[in-house]
Amino acid sequence: MSSTSPAPGVDAQYQTSLESGTFVIQHCQRCGRYVFQPRQHCPHCDSINLVWHRPSGLGTVYSATAVRLKGNAPYNVSLVDLDEGVRMMSRVEGISCDAVRIGMRVRASVSGIGTDALVVFHPIGDSA
Amino acid sequence: MSTLAHKLAGSVAIVGVGTAGCGHAAGHTDLEILSQAAYAAVHDAGLQMRDIDGLATANLSSAMWPLNVVEYLGIRPSFVEGTNIGGSAFISHILPAAHALTSGQCDAVLVCYGSTQRSSTMARREKGAARSLLDPSPYEAPYKPFNPASGYAMMAARHMHQYGTTRRQLAEVAVAARGWAQLNPEAFARAPLTIEQVLEAPVIFDPFSALDCCLVTDGAAAFVMVRADRAKDLAQRPVDVLSCATATWHRQVSGMDDLTVTPAVESGAKAFEAAGLRPSDIDVVQLYDAFTINTILFLEDLGFCAKGEGGSFVEDGAIAPGGRLPTNTNGGGLSCVHPNMYGAFAVVEAVRQLRGQCGERQVAGARRALVHGNGGIPAASQATAILSVAG
Repeated sequence: MSSTSPAPGVDAQYQTSLESGTFVIQHCQRCGRYVFQPRQHCPHCDSINLVWHRPSGLGTVYSATAVRLKGNAPYNVSLVDLDEGVRMMSRVEGISCDAVRIGMRVRASVSGIGTDALVVFHPIGDSA
Repeated sequence: MSTLAHKLAGSVAIVGVGTAGCGHAAGHTDLEILSQAAYAAVHDAGLQMRDIDGLATANLSSAMWPLNVVEYLGIRPSFVEGTNIGGSAFISHILPAAHALTSGQCDAVLVCYGSTQRSSTMARREKGAARSLLDPSPYEAPYKPFNPASGYAMMAARHMHQYGTTRRQLAEVAVAARGWAQLNPEAFARAPLTIEQVLEAPVIFDPFSALDCCLVTDGAAAFVMVRADRAKDLAQRPVDVLSCATATWHRQVSGMDDLTVTPAVESGAKAFEAAGLRPSDIDVVQLYDAFTINTILFLEDLGFCAKGEGGSFVEDGAIAPGGRLPTNTNGGGLSCVHPNMYGAFAVVEAVRQLRGQCGERQVAGARRALVHGNGGIPAASQATAILSVAG
């Protein structure tokens, strides 16, 4: 039996990075495309050669909704397309959920600390 | 298209259908009303439960649900299908059931579902929380999407952004479904409904109000399939299965490439090709309308209109009673019945229409029906079947 533990899976690696304040996605060394959510192999070309990459953090709101449940403040849920070409669920903060628009340019940041760390977005440029 | 699918066309038939506990089945369990619907379907066919040697079923709570059903019904099937891809299951089950029948693996398949989600004494919230724990979604759950509504709401928002679809057009879908429900004694929501009422209801998941969302009801549905040569000797006029195809593309809304295009483009194209038919050949359509946008998306993806034109297609009562394309003639998930997974109910309604048993809501001269199931969050799995009056 080996004395060293195997490296943790990509979910745990992603979470560890996030908890240290750094948002990362994967970059395929064969086809050059970016990957999110983290995978064990590239869903585009089957390569297992995926390396972590710090994205620019810039993205565009692809779609959005506001959830208005009784007894709760309404909140935004969005799908954001990063400039690297991957989509993720997130929320746009810093503006009312009524003001979030499809096509709005946004920038990622890591909100919260420890296990509460989460990627969120704020409007930038003309969208702000 | 595989030659196998062509060979299946018309080789199996649906010979029995049944429903039970639709609406509010207080004091009953999932298994009890499932069993009632199964019994009704088997006896509708002129068979006995002991004749059933194939089973297809799934539900959202039990990982081994076919075993619960086998034991409860007292059957020992040689073919068991329990694949759960959401509410499109039961329609997707038709193809493996047809394979099992034509290969001789079994002689009579019972497809069945039942849920008392509305009246169950165990809270829905607790069940939902338990399901989330068992099937984690670490890249979406932290943002608290209200599933399944949030995903479909974002599909609707994107469709509106890209094609100019309006809330009034979404409301047309809800009002059409209610119009059919008013003609169906089994439907749960039968009060008159106007477009203005839908538009004035509070928005809860932008752009949806509660009237854009399916019902939360109890209900069970079942149907029985046999080989077409045997179908001729049973109690009801058989309904032939011309084709069935399933497509699965993703699991989460963030995994969906284009929120305005569902896997129905794949399942629909395959089903039409295998049946040798086109949308204009279809007399009556049953689409899984979990939300108003579903009906619009599926009319586009299945080829009843071009992409982006679904909103204008449904205007002026086009899919309502008296409209040019009778759609969801039982009232659908929006106004008839929606106990978590709706697929089997769409099949039952299509069969009843093709038999001419639908009373006030009967589509005159209906000979061919398209049944389309939606599953997963959102629209992750799609299954299309084309059915025809036998012969």
